[in-house]
Amino acid sequence: MKALRIAAVTVLVLAALTALGAHYIAPAGYEHQFRETPAAAPSSHHLLGTDDLGRDRLARLLYGMRVSLLLAPFAAGLATLLAALIGGIAGYWGGWVERCLMLLVDVFLCVPWLFLLLTVRAVLPLNISPEASVVVTFALLGFLGWAASARVICAGTRDMMKSEFVWMARATGFSGLKLIRLHLLPNLRGTLLAQFWISIPVFIITEANLGMLGLGVAEPLPSLGSLLGELQHVVTLRPEPWQFVPLIVLIVVVSSFQTLLNKQEVRA
Amino acid sequence: MKRFPHSNLTQNRSRLLRGTQFLLMLALLVFSSAVWGQSGGELRFCLSAEPKTLNPLLVQDNQSETVAYLTSGVLLRVNRITQKAQPELATEWKVLDGGKRIRFKLRSARFSDGTPFTSADVAYTMEKLMDPTLHTAVGDAFRSGDGRVSAHVVSPTVVEITFAAPVANLVNLFDTVPIVSSASPMKEMAALGPFYIAEHKSGSHILLKRNPYYWKKDSSGRQLPYLDSIRLDIEQNREIEALRFKRGEIHLINIVSPAIYDKFSTQDRSLVQDAGPSADTEQLWFNQVASAPIPAYKLAWFTSTNFRRAISEAINRDDLARIVFRGHARPAIGVISPANKFWFNEKLKPHPYDTSSALRRLQQDGFHLDNGVLRDKGGNAVEFSIITNAGNIARESMATMIQEDLKKIGIKVNVATLDFPTIIERITQKFNYEACLLGGVNGDLDPSSQMNIWLSSAENHQWNPSQKLPATSWEAEIDTLMRAQASSGDEHKRKQDWDRVQEIAWEQEPFIYLVNKDALVAVSASVKNAQPSALRPQTFWNVEELALK
Repeated sequence: MKALRIAAVTVLVLAALTALGAHYIAPAGYEHQFRETPAAAPSSHHLLGTDDLGRDRLARLLYGMRVSLLLAPFAAGLATLLAALIGGIAGYWGGWVERCLMLLVDVFLCVPWLFLLLTVRAVLPLNISPEASVVVTFALLGFLGWAASARVICAGTRDMMKSEFVWMARATGFSGLKLIRLHLLPNLRGTLLAQFWISIPVFIITEANLGMLGLGVAEPLPSLGSLLGELQHVVTLRPEPWQFVPLIVLIVVVSSFQTLLNKQEVRA
Repeated sequence: MKRFPHSNLTQNRSRLLRGTQFLLMLALLVFSSAVWGQSGGELRFCLSAEPKTLNPLLVQDNQSETVAYLTSGVLLRVNRITQKAQPELATEWKVLDGGKRIRFKLRSARFSDGTPFTSADVAYTMEKLMDPTLHTAVGDAFRSGDGRVSAHVVSPTVVEITFAAPVANLVNLFDTVPIVSSASPMKEMAALGPFYIAEHKSGSHILLKRNPYYWKKDSSGRQLPYLDSIRLDIEQNREIEALRFKRGEIHLINIVSPAIYDKFSTQDRSLVQDAGPSADTEQLWFNQVASAPIPAYKLAWFTSTNFRRAISEAINRDDLARIVFRGHARPAIGVISPANKFWFNEKLKPHPYDTSSALRRLQQDGFHLDNGVLRDKGGNAVEFSIITNAGNIARESMATMIQEDLKKIGIKVNVATLDFPTIIERITQKFNYEACLLGGVNGDLDPSSQMNIWLSSAENHQWNPSQKLPATSWEAEIDTLMRAQASSGDEHKRKQDWDRVQEIAWEQEPFIYLVNKDALVAVSASVKNAQPSALRPQTFWNVEELALK
């Protein structure tokens, strides 16, 4: 198991480094169209070939990883923060506060995300740059993706509020922020981290789903989602293994997160 | 035991005779099959959605149009290959009073329930069609002026229809008028076409069966259609439709994408056909609505002819045709595709791809390059967004290629893919967009069918709709020319007017036409007599003659 975790960490570090260094490693700009060689097979010029518009697949994969791997943790952080705030308040106060906030959680869980995202995309300014659109997309995922985590954190906080060490702390005069800072947060750390790690692959896959619908990251900026889009055309899919590299990268990265996650969950 | 020789001889003769008879019958069967195609069988193909109506008079969507085409009888039909009108239920016709009246002589025929077809049915159809409460699209085409459209029954086989004012393209308009019965208890469901609707399972399929009373016969006197039935499966996913075609579950695909065309043609070239340039267009236009919520300096760019011409010259249409459509398209010249043989203005040539010329045109309007960024005379960097419909791969790709092309002259383009209803709302109601990339479907070849686009007062005059007065002199000239051609019965004069409209559209480029796509179709090798056309309905326009091997 330890070897597996080391492998997972290595994969994630490598992925993060290549994504961060995309500008230096990529053989061409992600948007540059080599129009004389569309849909080309791998060659010394294009190690993973080119897509249907003649763009270098390797360059697009590296920049796509940057978008997905850096912004998914950002969205996961945002979602965990909101979940901690709302779930924590609900669990700490209990009673009608908890009932109201859990009702809000239920409402959020019932909202059809896709339609909400479609609506939000429709009201965004049209002249928003691709870079801004990708940040907005992930921010939206973060703002909408906190509800399930909030329920877990609420349950954890509620249990903790009934525990003997919290009673003792309260009996000795701890209350409010001091109780939260010194007792609740340190003991909820495992749960919060687990929720954070769970959310990252979820957001990567959610963005991939949006990208396949053409609603995620705006052209010409690539993301893992938009790169996977071309695999959905089953009839016209050519038997060219290099087309599947983004899918393999996504599986490896999500599996690595999952491997680390198991450890975090055990701790939590 | 000895055999009696005579008996043997007789037996042999009898056998020989029977064998010869059998061979003759077999040869006849094979011959007849080769000439006519095997009678019977069920043709299958897909509709991309549920038809909105099965009433042929209320047709507006493509799916309802397909059902109506297969089941309805018409007075005359425009041949999709020759583009000429041919007799159907009317054996002859005469246009009178310069297009204000038309007289039809009808043939003897029966509806699918046996009800006889008479001139009263034509009069009834016209009355229904012009009913303002129904607001039929076909009826609108006949509203040439204020006043009623009346149909006079001269005799059971002669009918005369009078219009308020002369109607241009009067004869060909009857290609889209489905004749319904005035006397049948089945009302509009009684079919005069080759098939009638036998079964409709919502969301699943529509089954059409051969009309036993269909009037048409082939050259050898055999009753048409050859097919027993047609099954129209409702299938929204184009990929699944292609897979089903590949598995032999369906026989036709009316329009296939260039990618599917290439894939199929590498497997079996006989499966797909390129029927040549279609009449459909793909175009980009800028929002020129004065009240649109866009900055005034951008509106000034978009209303400038030089700006639009420069954008047009900076777009590499050859690359769009070669890369996005894999060579199954041609750079567009203008509003009319070369597929429209009569109305296409052959004097017009494609706009050249010339970035230097584009920059010169922009300089004439005070634009200048500043460190690779194009700025207007007020110093504003030239940047605009193009909206197109999410999920349409060809349009998304074209927008991305245009984005790259315009970067070469210092223009930043942002591509926004939106769902279709949102786009329609933006371009028809809120006008909160800058440029839009969409396509146009031209079902009718006549310029009168484009009145709703080119008249400045029209709702579909997309760059600046519903104008009270024409905003520009060239739009005023187009208005005059369009009205003149629509009320003239002189084809030569109409052609001159429409040629001039095409020239103005070419010079001003309110629509920047990008490519004319080819009509790519897939027809199974088991379908006989198919003659795919570039015009709709591409694969089954001669459905009564189609047969299965």
